[in-house]
Amino acid sequence: MATTSIAKEDAIHPGKPVVVGRYNLGARINHWITAISLILLALSGLAFFHPSLFFLTGLFGGGQEARAFHPWIGVLLFFSFAGLFIRFWRANLPEKADREWLAHAGDMIKGDEANVPEAGRYNPIQKFNFWCMSLLIIALIVTGLVIWDQYFYDWTTIPQKRVAVLVHSLAAVALICIWIAHVYAVIWSRGTLRAMTHGSVTGGWAWRHHRLWLKDLAERHRIKKPAAPAE
Amino acid sequence: MEPSPHTATSNPPVAATAANLTERDLVRRSASTVPPPARQLEPVAKLIDVSKCIGCKACQSACVEWNDTKPALEANTGIYENPHDLTPDMFTLMRFTEWDNPQTGNLEWLIRKDGCMHCEDPGCLKACPAPGAIVQYSNGIVDFVHENCIGCGYCIKGCPFNIPRISKVDHTAYKCTLCSDRVAVGQGPACAKACPTHAITFGTKEDMKKLADSRIEDLKSRGYENAGLYDPPGVGGTHVMYVLHHNDQPEIYSGLPKDPKVSPVVNAWKGMTKYIGFAAMGLAAAAGVLHSAFVSPNRVTREDEEKAEELVKEKT
Repeated sequence: MATTSIAKEDAIHPGKPVVVGRYNLGARINHWITAISLILLALSGLAFFHPSLFFLTGLFGGGQEARAFHPWIGVLLFFSFAGLFIRFWRANLPEKADREWLAHAGDMIKGDEANVPEAGRYNPIQKFNFWCMSLLIIALIVTGLVIWDQYFYDWTTIPQKRVAVLVHSLAAVALICIWIAHVYAVIWSRGTLRAMTHGSVTGGWAWRHHRLWLKDLAERHRIKKPAAPAE
Repeated sequence: MEPSPHTATSNPPVAATAANLTERDLVRRSASTVPPPARQLEPVAKLIDVSKCIGCKACQSACVEWNDTKPALEANTGIYENPHDLTPDMFTLMRFTEWDNPQTGNLEWLIRKDGCMHCEDPGCLKACPAPGAIVQYSNGIVDFVHENCIGCGYCIKGCPFNIPRISKVDHTAYKCTLCSDRVAVGQGPACAKACPTHAITFGTKEDMKKLADSRIEDLKSRGYENAGLYDPPGVGGTHVMYVLHHNDQPEIYSGLPKDPKVSPVVNAWKGMTKYIGFAAMGLAAAAGVLHSAFVSPNRVTREDEEKAEELVKEKT
């Protein structure tokens, strides 16, 4: 079988319906810290991006406060995302089969999944999303440090800071777009959100969207014994 | 055109005067729009005649005195500059250069009073994200409004002259105000008032240009054939101008830029990026809305669940 990655916490719980563990508690907490900090960063960052959104600084107690909090939330996001990266990077490595899947990505988006090849723990669009997020967050933290005048003013020249602030805003815009796609995909593909709230998905969801992953789990007998039926 | 307060050389009015630089005299306000001003004040300018400067630093003292700032005492490192750079507490700084004139073989001691140039097209104001933190009056003065400043340092990136400094105390940006509070009541800037050689003069921009012309003529007659007025057009002209004996090479005066402009990077960041950014985010959101309108939600079917159950049954 191909290198369809499965994570340690992934396991099938037989029953009706079958339930498949996808994200353990640590992964979920890690995800939601990242998500919340990303939203706070977007809100405070957009406030500095355009005057029409400056009012968003009010959510943080004012312009001075938003300016002071934003980089610290960025540091939190960076380390939090680093946690997600360590958890998920292996399962997001590109594979040969992804090429074939991508050829049918259009069908997938049209809602016609019949001809789309089976996907592993992540499909290529999810992988793309993951690597975009990773690269953009690296770009954002590096450029963010360059323009964090409070502590790093002397580290760079003004022309370097100008480039950094431009790259920072472009990378942030790209990240927000990727984030919109991520959130929309979760909403559109029903039954996905519970993976990050309850930690599990139904067997049918896994069969439909990540069949290779499900088959791999079954193949490797990653099946939890059903709880003893009540007498 | 209403006259602006004029000059520092004559005695200022002693009677109480109402401040004449008000909100309604704003022509630009950062991150916001202002109604066209009700009146146009006469553009003012400070003329710094480098050839007359003796480097006494009376201007620095007067600046500290008037603005009530307390620049830190720094160690002497063998040069005359003190403090060593502009700081949030030192809005103007005499910069000293020993220049070996290759044509004459003379060592020339070039002294330039550095500080905000009060650009007609201010890069700081363009870069500022905080509504009303930077304003420009119709007489040309560019001023920082501290209660609106958020301390982000964008003005530093916007400025082509490396002038604004962020205070570590109150986290707001500081620079020369052109003594807007003095000018508003008919007095000239403190530095101009204190200058013992009249190297610094203040008045309408027109008058200052005329004065500069006479000075340049004098310098040329004394062999400084490249003497000229530094009023860089790249930033729309400035309301602080220099008479330079070597106007062909302003860089020799402690790196005064030859053709200062708001950096194209800053223009891209403050211009195109905004449109591209909103367009991209808008398109991403619109794509979601359209997709949900035309493609029904991707639901897991009963059949999918059964297939999964079969698979699991096979393996157990």
